[in-house]
Amino acid sequence: MIQFERFVLQNGLRVLVHTDVSTPMAVVNVLYDVGARDENPKQTGFAHLFEHLMFGGSVNIPDYDEPLQMAGGENNAYTTNDLTNYYIQLPADNLETAFWLESDRMLSLAFNEKSLATQRKVVCEEFKENYLNKPYGDVWHTMRQLAYQVHPYQWMTIGKELAHIEQAQLQQVKDFFFKHYTPCNAILVVAGNVHAGKVVALAEKWFGDIPSGTKYNRQLPQEPTQTKARQKEMRAAVPLDLLCKTWHMAGRLGEDYHATDLLTDILGGNNSSRLYQQLVKEQKLFVHLDCYHFGSSDPGLLTIEGKLVEGISMEKAEQALQIEIDKICKEGPSEQELQKVKNKTESLIAFEDMSVMSRASSLAYYELLGDAAWMNTELQQYASVTTAQINEVSNQLFRAENSNTLYYYATK
Amino acid sequence: MNPLNRKQAPPLVDAVHYQLELKPCEQHTLDNGVPVYMIDAGAEEVLQLEWVFWAGNSYEEQNLIAATTNYLLKNGTATKSSYQIDEQVDYLGAYLNRSCFNEQATLTLHCLSKHVEKLLPLVRELLTEAVFPEEELRLYKQNMKQRLTVNLRKCDFVAGRLIDTYLFGETHPYGKFSSAEAYDALERDQLVSFYDRYYRNGQFALFVAGKIPSNLIGVLNQLFGDLPNSAQLLPSHPAKQAVQKKYRIENDATGMQGAIRMARPFPNRHHEDFIPALVLNTVFGGFFGSRLMSNIREDKGYTYGIHSYILNLQQTSAWMISTEAGKEVCEATVKEVYAEMEQLRSTLISEEELSLVRNYMMGGLLGDLDGPFQLIGRWKNLILNELPPAHFYKTIDTIRNCSAEQLRELAKRYLQPEDFYELVVI
Repeated sequence: MIQFERFVLQNGLRVLVHTDVSTPMAVVNVLYDVGARDENPKQTGFAHLFEHLMFGGSVNIPDYDEPLQMAGGENNAYTTNDLTNYYIQLPADNLETAFWLESDRMLSLAFNEKSLATQRKVVCEEFKENYLNKPYGDVWHTMRQLAYQVHPYQWMTIGKELAHIEQAQLQQVKDFFFKHYTPCNAILVVAGNVHAGKVVALAEKWFGDIPSGTKYNRQLPQEPTQTKARQKEMRAAVPLDLLCKTWHMAGRLGEDYHATDLLTDILGGNNSSRLYQQLVKEQKLFVHLDCYHFGSSDPGLLTIEGKLVEGISMEKAEQALQIEIDKICKEGPSEQELQKVKNKTESLIAFEDMSVMSRASSLAYYELLGDAAWMNTELQQYASVTTAQINEVSNQLFRAENSNTLYYYATK
Repeated sequence: MNPLNRKQAPPLVDAVHYQLELKPCEQHTLDNGVPVYMIDAGAEEVLQLEWVFWAGNSYEEQNLIAATTNYLLKNGTATKSSYQIDEQVDYLGAYLNRSCFNEQATLTLHCLSKHVEKLLPLVRELLTEAVFPEEELRLYKQNMKQRLTVNLRKCDFVAGRLIDTYLFGETHPYGKFSSAEAYDALERDQLVSFYDRYYRNGQFALFVAGKIPSNLIGVLNQLFGDLPNSAQLLPSHPAKQAVQKKYRIENDATGMQGAIRMARPFPNRHHEDFIPALVLNTVFGGFFGSRLMSNIREDKGYTYGIHSYILNLQQTSAWMISTEAGKEVCEATVKEVYAEMEQLRSTLISEEELSLVRNYMMGGLLGDLDGPFQLIGRWKNLILNELPPAHFYKTIDTIRNCSAEQLRELAKRYLQPEDFYELVVI
């Protein structure tokens, strides 16, 4: 049970405090309710580029990193399709330094041309390093475009193309900032060796006078129900063929989310799971096979992806995979299989909760979804899923017309 | 009330003044002399148990035998199939991982404390009755070779292998690498005999951390206190450094980036320069605010990240600089790395910068000592490197007190371009 207190400042900033005196450290986590899905389709990659610019100095503090390092702290950030999250860990004695730094960059950035020019280059190198210069690095670029025709999940957080980042202008950066980086669109979590009363006082002092901003009303085009199976073939200079299939699944708050998450584990969560046992170990068709999803806020994609053993045809591999899918649709999982993935979820949560940093970011995330307290009821949600529900979800999900298939052929 | 002055930083407690303490580690000895190190701490009901065997690749007579034996430890015993083993571990929500290093090889169990007694007999079975089925080995060879073909397309993977061979030689445990031929040459009998000598009859130690049940040590003694635990003598492997210093390799004609590795041999943790070099390295390329990051990423935008570090090796080590940079700026990047070395050799680090690095390192250390798994990791590092706890306090003392002059001397001794291997793989 993770204890926390919640306060809301006048300007709408939500503040959560989680105290753990067993650590000498404190964590300050600021989540902004903006991700790649909120980007203009002609300016993709912006939310992530922006994350880089957040380290280029703020209106009153020319350098963000130096004072933090002087305080013995470390920080980082990440951007997903749904949100952007910044976190600091530092000795609890120096907590106020984190308030000073984070509040100033929420107030306003320095908006400097040089920083924009450099970070454009840095992000282009990141794009190359992770997606363009890696074998199979373009699989998700292609799959997103195939599976999403209107929803902005059709691009990756790094962006649709290098050109969008290369052309980013300072005025666009400013507009983006004042639209999304405001108290009413943010959640502040302070955790570790901290006192709630003191945190509130510090929050009032440093964040209290920042103008609230306008609440961002997300109105994204929702993906229409897919009615026909989609396929795409690609060829690239890679050594092995790859098969990647996705099916539209429930969003994070969808009724079927927990059952779908457990279904994913039953199929591909570990070495004893169905697909690995059957297709990698028994039939030796795939070198590896993964089944996963991203837990995205809007309806996401359950994915099965694997590289084929050399000499195995795509048709044969896909057929064998279909047999496994048909099996789970027809028979559902056994009670033992379901209990196994529930046990795994229980231990995964316990291990995650060991770190204060992880507790802080989970609180922020659940608060974004609707209520930080859901963090404590999550395990029950999983525990109440039945084999019948999983069976039902499988049949709903694994319809041919709900599927997207990417055949990625090696040209050697 | 005064208006808030946002230009004024809040007062700081200098992390340098923290009285850092390495919390003690409980030590027990099983009936067979096997040491058990324990940290009982943490709020969650979880445990980590690590069996460390003196069975790393330094002990093998043919490439990949140590790694393969370690990997296939849980792929079948006299009475259980690979699937049954995985199923039992997975059912209890546990994780059983294995890793092979140069001197040691490990088996690590993570589980909820309430399940540990159900899992330990299985671990004993893996350590006494593993059979390495022919079919499992065949599948392993096939899949590892295919994974290798994918990895060999990556410039960073290729560069990482090559730089190690320049530093240590292709036959040295730190320098040798996998190949399709080496996988093909593996035979089941070799694994069985390596297992017999270095696991079943091998030398090992146990590292345990988390919420420890009160009877755990008794259970461990019952299940692992009767294993032979015969001392192993580390074979000597002299390093053979390459003569040629500079390499440019084209791995992928269409590549957009080059993987850059620059490295020089460096002594191990017992050398008096090792700890001050950690401080100098932090200034050079050891954190986000380092000279290399500030210049090559934050000023020039040549790369997404550039780092320097001293390799975590026991016998002898190396000082490495590593990055991926745009193809057209690789040579410029190499030049800038040398320029930063030159700067460190010629100009004293300012007290301001040094003080920032001292605080950053101390704050990091404070965070690194937080939590049972982190603590046992630090103890394990000392124990496997045969260092006394005093080494930890010496590190702190050096972080606090080493002088700019001392670091400049160190730079003059070690950051000399002519001592560095230099490699770009596109």
